[in-house]
Amino acid sequence: MKQVKHRNSASKILILGTVFLFTFFTPVFGQDEAAVDAAVVTEASSGGDVAKGEELFKSLCAACHKRYKKMTGPALFGVEDKYEREWIYSWIKNSAAMIASGDSQAIAIYEEYNKTAMNAFPQLSNTDIDNIIAYVMVPKADPPAPVSGAEGNAAVSGSGAGVSTNVILAILALVFLMLMVVLFLVNKTLRSFAEANNVELPIEEKRTPIWKAFVQNQFLVLVTAVFLLLASGYFVYGYFMQVGVDQGYQPVQPIHYSHKIHAGDNQIECKYCHSSARVSKTSGIPSLNVCMNCHKSISEVADATATEEYSKEFYDGEIQKLYKATGWDPDTQSYTGKTEPVKWVRIHNLPDFAYFNHSQHVSVAGVECQTCHGPVEEMEIMYQHAPLTMGWCINCHRETNVKVADNKYYEKIHKELSKKYGVDQLTAAQMGGLECGKCHY
Amino acid sequence: MSSNKKYWKSVEELNENSSIVETLQQNEFVKEIPTDEFLGDKSSLENSSTTRRDFLKYVGFSTAAASLAACEGPVKKSIPYVVQPERIVPGVANYYATTIADGFDFASVLIKTREGRPIKVENNNLASSNGDANARVHASVLSLYDSSRLQGPKKGNEDVSWDVLDKEVIAKLNSIGGKQIVLLTQTYASPSTSKLISEFKTKYQNVKHVVYDAISNSEALDAYQAMFGERALADYDFSKANTIVSVGADFLGDWQGGGYDSGYAKGRVPKNGKMSKHIQFEANMSLSGANADKRIQATPSQQKQVLAALYKYVTGAGTKGALDSKLDAEVVSAAKQIQKAGSNAVVISGIQDIDAQLVVLEINKAIQSKAFNQNTPRTIRQGDAKAVAQLVKDMNAGRVGALLIAGVNPVYTLPNANEFKSGLEKVDLSVAFTMHNDATGELCNYIAVTPHYLESWGDVELKKGSYSLMQPTIRPLFDTRQFQETLLKWTDNSSSYDEYIKSAWTGILGGTSWNQALHDGVLIKPSLPKQGLVDAIEISEGDTPEVVATSISTGTDVNAAARRLSIAKSNGLELTLYIKTSLGDGQQANNPWLQEMPDPITRTSWDNYLTVSKADAEQLGLTNENVANGALNGSYAKVTAAGKEVVVPVIIQPGQAKGSVGLALGYGKSKGLKQEMNVGVNAYPLYQNLNAVQEVSITAAEGTHEFACVQLHNTLMGRGDIVKETTLEVFNTKDKREWNAVPVVSKNHIEYEVTSPEVDLWDSFDRSIGHHFNLSIDLNACTGCGACVIACHAENNVPVVGKSEIRRSRDMHWLRIDRYYSSQDSFKGDNEKKNNISGLGSSLSEFGEMENPSDNPQVVFQPVMCQHCNHAPCETVCPVAATSHGRQGQNHMAYNRCVGTRYCANNCPYKVRRFNWFLYNNNDEFDYHMNNDLGRMVLNPDVTVRSRGVMEKCSMCIQMTQKTILDAKREGREVKDGEFQTACSAACSSGAMVFGDINDKSSEVAKLKEDDRMYHLLEHVGTKPNVIYHTKVRNTTEA
Repeated sequence: MKQVKHRNSASKILILGTVFLFTFFTPVFGQDEAAVDAAVVTEASSGGDVAKGEELFKSLCAACHKRYKKMTGPALFGVEDKYEREWIYSWIKNSAAMIASGDSQAIAIYEEYNKTAMNAFPQLSNTDIDNIIAYVMVPKADPPAPVSGAEGNAAVSGSGAGVSTNVILAILALVFLMLMVVLFLVNKTLRSFAEANNVELPIEEKRTPIWKAFVQNQFLVLVTAVFLLLASGYFVYGYFMQVGVDQGYQPVQPIHYSHKIHAGDNQIECKYCHSSARVSKTSGIPSLNVCMNCHKSISEVADATATEEYSKEFYDGEIQKLYKATGWDPDTQSYTGKTEPVKWVRIHNLPDFAYFNHSQHVSVAGVECQTCHGPVEEMEIMYQHAPLTMGWCINCHRETNVKVADNKYYEKIHKELSKKYGVDQLTAAQMGGLECGKCHY
Repeated sequence: MSSNKKYWKSVEELNENSSIVETLQQNEFVKEIPTDEFLGDKSSLENSSTTRRDFLKYVGFSTAAASLAACEGPVKKSIPYVVQPERIVPGVANYYATTIADGFDFASVLIKTREGRPIKVENNNLASSNGDANARVHASVLSLYDSSRLQGPKKGNEDVSWDVLDKEVIAKLNSIGGKQIVLLTQTYASPSTSKLISEFKTKYQNVKHVVYDAISNSEALDAYQAMFGERALADYDFSKANTIVSVGADFLGDWQGGGYDSGYAKGRVPKNGKMSKHIQFEANMSLSGANADKRIQATPSQQKQVLAALYKYVTGAGTKGALDSKLDAEVVSAAKQIQKAGSNAVVISGIQDIDAQLVVLEINKAIQSKAFNQNTPRTIRQGDAKAVAQLVKDMNAGRVGALLIAGVNPVYTLPNANEFKSGLEKVDLSVAFTMHNDATGELCNYIAVTPHYLESWGDVELKKGSYSLMQPTIRPLFDTRQFQETLLKWTDNSSSYDEYIKSAWTGILGGTSWNQALHDGVLIKPSLPKQGLVDAIEISEGDTPEVVATSISTGTDVNAAARRLSIAKSNGLELTLYIKTSLGDGQQANNPWLQEMPDPITRTSWDNYLTVSKADAEQLGLTNENVANGALNGSYAKVTAAGKEVVVPVIIQPGQAKGSVGLALGYGKSKGLKQEMNVGVNAYPLYQNLNAVQEVSITAAEGTHEFACVQLHNTLMGRGDIVKETTLEVFNTKDKREWNAVPVVSKNHIEYEVTSPEVDLWDSFDRSIGHHFNLSIDLNACTGCGACVIACHAENNVPVVGKSEIRRSRDMHWLRIDRYYSSQDSFKGDNEKKNNISGLGSSLSEFGEMENPSDNPQVVFQPVMCQHCNHAPCETVCPVAATSHGRQGQNHMAYNRCVGTRYCANNCPYKVRRFNWFLYNNNDEFDYHMNNDLGRMVLNPDVTVRSRGVMEKCSMCIQMTQKTILDAKREGREVKDGEFQTACSAACSSGAMVFGDINDKSSEVAKLKEDDRMYHLLEHVGTKPNVIYHTKVRNTTEA
């Protein structure tokens, strides 16, 4: 809500803005309340605790089931209407036994879902199951608001804010103009008064213009010229030194992949996806089958994931892109075999003549990914954090100590070298990390 | 003006009436410049709306736009796998064991793949007894990415689908009538393929299988069959022989399939004062002759006589012909050595004559040679010259209904190719199984395109009991299907070839699992020794056994054979067709690495040529000369044999036996390859009756040929600090200072060794901590085979520059193998002569004489790469510090820092630095593998591809040493000896190159560094190199 800051200047506008905000937010709250109301209603009908049911559902069932969508198992909404409650109890507690006993309903469902056996949950009591049923029977809430509507509203609120700023500016300008006119008029009136009263106005002496004085002072000219030359040299050098340095490069990717959601909110370890960083010179852009490890069952984001900037629909659409690329059909829960590899835009580009090995830094030296890649877990859109220049590499090699603990390789060389240099801890540079041939071949 | 002299610019001006003079007074040029030709016609120019100013604006704008655009980096895309294969990690190499079996080269190898594409061939250490990878095998990975490969099956010139091809061919095969169906194939030596072909024979009627080797070994096979009842080649283990007598066999080259060099080299390194003795009788200067302790020139007909005499002297049987007395003395001496060595001796021969081969087998049997492996004969040559000749006859007589040609190119390789072509027209159905649209393929009805061996399945029985498996290392690049797969289709077998092999191998595997065999790539079964032989050897060990002439049980009359040999005669010049190390039988003629690889003997690339002795050349009026830029030119000669004639360039070869000439096969291929690779002359038309020896007549022909020769100076000029050499006798008896003295310099009238810190210009760095790499090269073990040269190419992305650039001495090889001839009888003679030169007068004449190698020179090979000097002269002269030294001993080269002053190359005493005069990749001027996407797939992603204007050189494979270190660090362990390798040391199967860390005192290289034979190249310069050499020792002891 950046606009709020501007509004602080004028209390009136602040109030106005607050009014605007409330107008838009109220319906949302209203919907939530409606959902809660609905829940209460269902609780009354099936006699289970929705909250407890939700907890159980998320811990036990969510890996294979969703309420309103097919996954590995069927969508559970409406399950109560389809099956007897007793049947459901025994199915959940031991489905395999039911299939073995030849229950026709059980066999039908087993066949329908590619003979995937459901885990048995003998630990669940009937009350627990009631709670779960209560939760899954909560009807799907109406979508919060159509996407276009939301965007339209945003646009309206945006343009509204723009108008108000312009209005303030216009009013201010008007005020200043009026002040100037007033001053001019006052001045004029005072002069005419003075003339009328024959008061003699002091005549200003003509002084040498400042630029002329400057030109005449050769010392100053010289100093300025030197200063200007140095300054321009500095800036020209700076300009040339940043050619080819793409720090902050933040291209638009074919799939909006948010490191913030994955590495930040969900705390997924970097090397879970970038696994080759442990053993290879490249960290590797994860292959799409790695994404599908989780996204087979995560086809949409949680409501809480959505932000002002990116709606839930937007994120869900990006997951659909992944499904399209891998050829995953969420309806049949199977791969179609039609794949479309994703063409990511490469962000970190080292020139071909520089050799960099991730495993040396990640596995051997134990450097955190963030040291070079920055706060990736906060990046909604990935960008290049470090300049990736040779000076930057070298500097780190000079400052960083080699991690020698528990590494037999370093035992002998570290003992001898640290004695030679008279230090306790060797830096990468002392170990030979500044030699040209270590990175250029 | 004080003078009335008339100055004139041309004679024309003196003619006052000349119209030209008049015109010239008015105009600058006599004729009007035909501007229309390059500016278009006048009217259209005037009508054009683009004015000159507009044009300049466009130029200005586009220049500005281009410069602006250049400031933006290009957007790079990264496309990960959709489903990443389990074993592929981007950036990590995978190795697969497989086998090359192209009918000429057979070897078990390891293939290094990166991101699923093969990039390098390495030796499979589990299979060293099967022969290691030679230069051609190392280069074969590039042939996979050959842009001239066919991309799908063809019917005539049309593309056709496999289904259509199968349907049509099967229909025709079934309706062939009573005519023969002939399978004309290379030697597969494959148990599964043999089984498959026999199934094919039962499925179709009247099927004949003819095996054809382009380079025939038919006589040796026949002789072995006559004596041992089995059609195979005798196998030898030269590491078990201490006396080797070869009569015309280039066993260090490709004699009987090659691969003997590693065993040979083992016996050549003096150990406990002993090394093997190698005597070579030969006509052409071959690799074996160059390595021999004693090389005796003998024309092919003389070789036969030599063999007969040798048989007589060794066994006492047979007759000796009228042998030249000088040769006779040599044979007597050789026979004495053999008798002295007894079962430790071995005699071999390359004479393509069944009599000669019988005699050789008989001698080895008689002396009970331990080197002769009777239990494991080689099966990698099975071609039958007689059957091939019969086939051509049958074809012309119209008796052949269908001809399926697999793995061979008879239209190119057969001497009677024209007869074959006319016969092919009479064949109803012809199918070629080939990778290229080659000479044979384009004449056949169908081309069933086959994949490269790196895309194929297969199995090979290299020797009896030595099996090897072939597995694909990459998914087929094109729409190809291997021969066996097609046969399976045509015999209605629905299984794939790999399943077929697996089932065929159930009998072979024994206790080994299939996966283990496939992983190892090789399965060596313990072979049962033949009755009594081993016992006999056991008894005779340690003492000199008496030589017994055993009678032949098989009924072959060896004495008669020897008699026939002894009366061999020749009228006129005898041509020996030979095989070059680089191109072999010519299958890989489209491989630029091999074309550019200099021949180990002549050091000439991109050509074949007639090698002629100096005496014969003078007689025939053939010359060689060096032109102004140092390149070599030679005259042409017309060679006529049995009505065929070819015109070939001539190289005068020191050591060529007088009365003999040599010419390499495998060149002059014109179909199915790039224009750039169509070099040399096809010598196959001279290969009459598939016999390498032909009587020829030679006359000089018009014109001069331009050679691309990389070493123009032939002799060592007595410079003993480049190649040090001594004899076994001196080596055993004298002190090191006698035969491997460190040069001394005088300081304050005191002599110091140049290695002493007292006379060092520089302060030494402390290199005792961490790794310190050294590369050791043993001149005794190096056979000059050139495998390292190609391995270096593959590992380090060394560019190919082409013939004209090589001619300008701009070759880019990081590793070269120098070859030196002696100008006297021996290098010792050279040294003495040089040392005895005194005064200006004698030095002028005698140095001049020393430039010419003697008629039968001694030869030495010396691999030279960057010596990684600790006091490197190149480092001190670089103005931008692009080359610097690392603590680990490597001399680094930062390409991106280099500005191309070339000071370093000028200051390098070893001349190992290479300058990129041009951009060699993505440049149409250099249309070799780096100019197309396919060829670039072979590039090693760990090594920078250099650009124009940059100096480059051997890096001591720093990418490999760094990887070894990183692996150890990651696993938290120390590096073991033998883990550090360079591309050349890993490729060196003879063990001449050993690489390692000298700070690891227990390592092999550290021990080699302390060896008495160790010296540095040009030690007196004081560069303190990290490459060390070992003095060559020749075994000149006579029995």
